[in-house]
Amino acid sequence: MLEIKNLSWTAPDGRKIVDNVSLQIPEKKLIVITGPNGSGKTTLAKVIAGVEQAESGQIILDGEDLIGLDITQRAKKGIGFAFQQPVRFKGISVRDLLMLAGGENTTQKQLEETLYKVGLQPEKYLHRDVDAHLSGGEIKRVEIATVLLRNSKFMLFDEPEAGIDIWSFNNLIDAFSSLKKNTESSIIIISHQERILAIADEIVLLKNGKIAEHAPKDEIYPRLFCMNSENCGKKRCGCPKEVRV
Amino acid sequence: MNSVTQDLLSIVADFGGKFEGAYNIRQDCQSVARQSTDNVKIENKTDGKPGIDIKIAPNTKGENVYIPACITKSDVDDLVYNDFYVGENADVTIIAGCGVHTDDSEASRHSGVHRFFLSKGAKVLYIEKHVGTGIDDGNRVINPVTDAEIGEGAILEMDTSQLGGVSASSRKCTIKLDKEAKLIIRERLMTDFNQTASTDFVVEVNGEDASVNLVSRSVAKGNSYQEYRSKIIGNARCTGHSECDGILADNGKVNAEPALIANCKDAELIHEAAIGKIAGEQILKLRTLGLTEEEAEATIINGFLK
Repeated sequence: MLEIKNLSWTAPDGRKIVDNVSLQIPEKKLIVITGPNGSGKTTLAKVIAGVEQAESGQIILDGEDLIGLDITQRAKKGIGFAFQQPVRFKGISVRDLLMLAGGENTTQKQLEETLYKVGLQPEKYLHRDVDAHLSGGEIKRVEIATVLLRNSKFMLFDEPEAGIDIWSFNNLIDAFSSLKKNTESSIIIISHQERILAIADEIVLLKNGKIAEHAPKDEIYPRLFCMNSENCGKKRCGCPKEVRV
Repeated sequence: MNSVTQDLLSIVADFGGKFEGAYNIRQDCQSVARQSTDNVKIENKTDGKPGIDIKIAPNTKGENVYIPACITKSDVDDLVYNDFYVGENADVTIIAGCGVHTDDSEASRHSGVHRFFLSKGAKVLYIEKHVGTGIDDGNRVINPVTDAEIGEGAILEMDTSQLGGVSASSRKCTIKLDKEAKLIIRERLMTDFNQTASTDFVVEVNGEDASVNLVSRSVAKGNSYQEYRSKIIGNARCTGHSECDGILADNGKVNAEPALIANCKDAELIHEAAIGKIAGEQILKLRTLGLTEEEAEATIINGFLK
């Protein structure tokens, strides 16, 4: 289980971006963090992964506080992180990157299965470099694949839907649904996407760096996507019950 | 050949005890082993210059030709002229690496002037690795010159790399392309300490529908300095692409001066260049996979120079 206690992070200009956030993410649970732009979602993710160092608080994974550890050490302890905006590497192939993620004992079958999960055909992608010749959506799917393959104790995906076409997105939903059923890991997905919110066990609404709401999905989801309008389940209708994100 | 040569050959030409096919092994200014085949004849030059003529018969397919040169001690200054005549529709691989080994601070230098004459429809993969070894960084110098005339429909694919330990290098390539000819150059270069390296590519595209693709990737570490100059001259309807990417580390410096000259309105020439340190985001991504910062840097550089 991952437990976040009183986590805070302040920007160099003095703005408090993550403000005393506390959360518990048990094993086999998928929590989706949502909220308006600028609410601190991505910063919270980076602080958990160690990309940014917390100003205060604790990040406890299976009883061990990781707060003093750097990115590499946290990765080795079991934190997996898919960036919202993945980087490109000249001369590093999809296979190379996945092997780094999965370790030297990763099998060809594991590589292929992981790529299929994110909607990429292995025979077309494994040999290709993770560079400008891949589209933004393709790079994004490779990024997600690195975390799926790593199969860490805790997996964190920052807006996995961004830049992904509808067909691949369907695959992605299937991949996350399957992951949720079959994994022993704790999972956080940062997302605005209704279909990702719909597969959550719990939803956290972040506003101004603070947790505004945290409830089981069935309790909060109907208010995020109002069920009373003809648009129910498809988009926000603007009714008074809606929780604006 | 001596043991130093064998070690150098294993690096620059994947030598495993013997070569299959035609070969000439040059050690400290002289040939120490040579073999011709039915299709590939290797002979001493007859114009008085040091070096060899390599004559590849038309329609020769799938043969490897090894022309490595090794300097195995300090205070050697080697100059060699090797001419390659490749017959029509031949398709061969030429491996021509160079290794320079020094035992002390005395300099050693190898200057190899290679000229290629590719007949109509010929295809050559030319692999050239350079390396320096030794106890002291004793001014190991390698100055390769490559001149090529690529005939109608012929293809020259040149894969060059400088793997380290070379104190100074100066590469000069002058290549002319005929109708429908194709040139591909991949250069990989790494310098460190106080090493210097300069590259000059001059490519004249004289025939219609010929194409050029130059890709240079380099890493400058320590206090090293690199100069890259490329000039693609489009004298006919053709396509040309030049790409120069450099990674800077420590106090390394790179000066890139690409040039495109279109003397024909149907010449389509493109250049891309990017020089800078390793992107911090790349390091971060690899660290989230469990690599240390040093491991991440090494992985990025190794991939970049692959």
